[in-house]
Order: sequence, then C-alpha cells, then structure tokens
Amino acid sequence: MTEPAIVAVDVTRTYDLDGVSVSALRGVSLTVEATDYVAIVGTSGSGKSTLMHLLGALDRPSSGVLRIGGRDVSTLGPAEMALLRNETIGFVFQSFHLLARTTARDNVALPLVYRGVGRRERRERASAMLERVGLGHRLDHRPNQMSGGEQQRVAIARALVTDPSVLLADEPTGNLDSTTGEQVLGLLETLNADGVAVVLVTHDREVSARAHRQIVMKDGLIVE
Amino acid sequence: MRVAEAWRVAIDALRANRLRSILTMLGVVIGVGAVVALVSIGTGTKRQIEQQVEGLGSNLLIVVPGRLDPGAAPSASTLNMDDVDAVIRVVGDRSRVAVTISSGQTVRAGSHSAYASMQGVLETTPTVFVRRLDRGAYLTRTDVTTGRRVAVLGAGISSQLFGDRDPIGRQITIGGVRFRVIGTFEKLGQSLGVDRDSEVHIPVTAAQRLLGTNRIDGLAIRAPDRDTIDVLGKNVVAALVKRHPDTDFSAVTQEQILGVLGDILGVLTGVLAAIAGISLLVGGVGVSNIMLVSVRERTKEIGLRKAVGARPRDISIQFLLEAVLLTTIGGVLGMALGITTSLVVDRLTPVPAAVTWWSLALAFGVSAAVGIIFGVIPAQRAGRLDPVVALRTE
Repeated sequence: MTEPAIVAVDVTRTYDLDGVSVSALRGVSLTVEATDYVAIVGTSGSGKSTLMHLLGALDRPSSGVLRIGGRDVSTLGPAEMALLRNETIGFVFQSFHLLARTTARDNVALPLVYRGVGRRERRERASAMLERVGLGHRLDHRPNQMSGGEQQRVAIARALVTDPSVLLADEPTGNLDSTTGEQVLGLLETLNADGVAVVLVTHDREVSARAHRQIVMKDGLIVE
Repeated sequence: MRVAEAWRVAIDALRANRLRSILTMLGVVIGVGAVVALVSIGTGTKRQIEQQVEGLGSNLLIVVPGRLDPGAAPSASTLNMDDVDAVIRVVGDRSRVAVTISSGQTVRAGSHSAYASMQGVLETTPTVFVRRLDRGAYLTRTDVTTGRRVAVLGAGISSQLFGDRDPIGRQITIGGVRFRVIGTFEKLGQSLGVDRDSEVHIPVTAAQRLLGTNRIDGLAIRAPDRDTIDVLGKNVVAALVKRHPDTDFSAVTQEQILGVLGDILGVLTGVLAAIAGISLLVGGVGVSNIMLVSVRERTKEIGLRKAVGARPRDISIQFLLEAVLLTTIGGVLGMALGITTSLVVDRLTPVPAAVTWWSLALAFGVSAAVGIIFGVIPAQRAGRLDPVVALRTE
C-alpha cells in the first residue's frame, strides 16, 4: 500500500480572538489515503472548515502532528507551505474564487505561474485540463461569461492542473442548482477513479452519502 | 513567479482601476515635473550668468581695493593714475590693462537727453574686455593722455539721443561739458543685471577732470594665459600694497567670480529642487495610500493566489511592481511635463531654462525609489496576509 496523502494525529487548532482562546479543533486524528473519497460533514461551527484549512496546508495545527505528502507541516515556513500547496493540493471553493478579469485558460494556468512554468506550456496544460472538464470551447471566456456550473468546472481544472495528490473541495455544489451540482460531483468522482484523493466538505447529506466514507464533526471533534 | 508574469499582473491591476491609477500618478507627475522644471530654470540661469562673466573676456584679473572676504568693510578707492602706471610696469604691456571710473550722468544732444553710465577709461578697454564697435572708432592713447573730450556711445544711448541718425562727429554734453561723438558700440543687452547699452566711454583723464578727482574705481588686467594669472595677480597686489601700505588689495579671476556665483546659484537650485521634491514626496504618500486600498480590495485574490501556491514573496513583488509601475510611468510623464514647461519658460519668458540629463535621471530615479519606498509597506502587508483569513474575506 502506498503512503497516505495526509495523516493527522491528535491535531488541535486554537484561535486567539481578542485575548479569548477559542478551540476550533480539539484533537482530531484522520488519515486520507491516496485513493480516498472522503466527505467531512458537520454543522457550521463544528470545525470542519478549520480541518479543511489544515488538510490543505493553509494553516498549521496548534498541537498534534500533521503530515501532508509525507512532510510534517510544523517544520515548514510560509514559503515552503506555499510550495507544498502548489505541489500536492488542489482547492475547489464554494464561491469558485476565479479571477474576474482573467480568461478561463489563464485562471486554470495560475498555479503553474507560481511553479515557474513558461507561458506557452502553461497555456497548453490549462487548455488540456479545460478539455478534460468539458470546457474546451470556453478557453477565452471570462468568469462573468460562464454559468455557475462552468465556473466551478474551471475551478476544478485549476485545482487539477498541477497534478495534485489531494483535491480539497469546500461545499463545491453549494452555489449550484441540483443538475449542475450533480455534474460537478460526477466530475469529482471520475477524477477520484483516475487516482486523485478527494476530500469533500459539505453539510449536504445527499452529497456526503456518495463518498466512500464519511467523517462527522461536532464541536471540534470527529464524532463518527 | 517569473518577473515578466509579475509585470503583466501589475499592468493589468492598474488598467482595472484606470481613473484611480491616473489620479495617483498625477501626484508623481506633478512632483517630477516640478523638480525637472525648477532644476532646469536654476541651471539655465546659472549658465546664462556664467556666459555673461565669460563674455567679459578670458584670463581676466580684476583688481579692487579691500579684501574680498564676506563681511569685510568696503574700503574707499585709493587708486590713482600713478598706481595704474605702476601696474602697467608690472604687467609689462599697457594694452593688457584697463581702468574705469564711473559715474551716472545726464547726457544731452540737442533737445534729447538720456541718463547714462559714464565710464572714464583707457584706450585699451576693447582689447581687455570684449567690446565691439558698431560705427566710428574707439578712444586713442592720445585722447587719453591729452584728456580730449570725445565719447563712444552705447547702442541704447545712441538711439535715445540720435534715433537712426549717424551720431559720429556730433556734439553731446555730459554733465554740462561738451564732448564729440567718435564711435558707437554694438548692442550688448543686459549683463549681470546692468544695462550695458547705456554706457558712455570717455578718456579717464577727461572723466577725472569732469568729476574733479584723481582717483580711479577699478582696474582690470587681461593675463597672457591662464597659468600666469595667479602669479600676475600676486605681483600686482604686492606692487599696489607697496605704494599704499595701509590698504589691502585683491585680485580676483573670473574663475573665482564664477565660483562664488556658481555656489550661490547651486544652493538656490538645490533649494528649489528640494521644495519640488516635497511635492514628489506627497505624491509618494498618495501611492502608498492607494496601494493599501488596493491590497485591501484584493484580499480575496491574494488568498486565492496563496492557496494555489504563491509565496509571500510572490505577492509582495506583485504589489511592489504595481507601485513602482505607478511611479515610473508617472515619472516619465512628469519628465515630459518638466521638459515642456522648461521649453515654454525658456521661449516665452526672460527666464532661461536648460534641461540637464542629470536632473532627468535624478527625477526618474527618485520617482522609482519613491515607488519602492512607499510600495514596500503595502506590499509586505499583502505578502503577510494569512491565506485562511484572506480567503474568508468577502
């Protein structure tokens, strides 16, 4: 068996808000295997967003061990964390987070900019990835010229263009109607079948039910 | 991230807020324009004065009573024609020595009159200084030794008294004494604030008789060459001090006069540039302000860029380039404004202006530096943004 994509052991995260310490995560252990399809569910305030930020190397735990792509994040500085995100993680957000004045192709190519890939190769890889998510005909469209479903597929293409080992999706269907939401989920599942670990954060039971396994969070702990 | 890519992003960001970018730039444009224009005016004035001093003739040595120390009490002239003869002996060449005694006098010709600067001089004046005649002839040595009442008129006086008529051979009175016009000077214009076309030259001896004195006001020597000028100056001063043991004399060269004038004008130019520099500084604060707004506005974008792998440095560079771009474009436009202003001032006003490459280089360098200095704080703030917080911002 290959090495797990992400390993979290007894991870906590405490925020200091105006001198008051708030525990968002109170000791979470979790392993995401290289081919996993995991759904993290929970009400808002349950700590699922905090967990996702940790799994995505956007944040570091207050205590516990977190290994992403085999690297202990507590030993990494901000620049190394950025590199780790670039190389191993692909993010998909509820609100897509596309650059407004930028074409679909350049949006998808953005992570490659920070990898130092040349412009021509970036455009080629971005085009190929947009083709793969079924948007080969939308290369030069800007976000405001596309539907929500198309925008989310652009975001997925952007997440995949760096060939990550884990795709982190935060409420990826939250802003979509059920038909396009279904298409997006279908796409994620196809990708998972192709060998990318998918971690889905959602409060939608229907969405989470399709994952291979579910993690239910409450008050900063995994309850099931 | 590659630098070319960062430039593209920065240009794009400026385009996205066109009006804001232009207004922010305007501060820098005005600042740089003011620096370039004011330095040009300072330099032009300095050059004009230098030309005027050099226009007096080269290798000139001016001998005056007293010390040329700032704050030294001005001393009354004690020089007379015997001293001049002594100086001529030291110099060894009469044609290299000029003297002057000057006095403001009313000059009349028929019903016309004019106020003139009467100069009692030797026949050597046109060879020591650069003076060209328009008509007639200059004074001769005989005119000087015999105190003949003949006069050479400046172009202004000539036209005031005679209009377009030929004044040669005509009678004028200076201070009520009759003189005959034997020549006129070419038009010279102003020099160091003195209207040189209102001069009337008469033999020094005639002038002394007219004024009832035997003193002279000043003495100038044209040295044979630059190398001997200092030694000659010392010898002349020594000879004069020997004759007047209780008086100091100074011999100054054009270089020394130019040096003093140059220092004063240099300070003035510096002060002007510094005042203009303040407006550039204010422009820089504007850039800083707008960059902070820009960082805040684009917090979400920063978060996204960080999420997909931008390092703090990448983000900082992006915003720093944006600030530098604002100020360098503003700097180039400001240089254009400054050059245009200088040309217009030079062409349309009596104030001379000369655009110098160093003032352009300085203004451009300073504006780029302003971009970096005032861009650093917003850029660092952008680079340090916590991606989690940035992504959450709506």
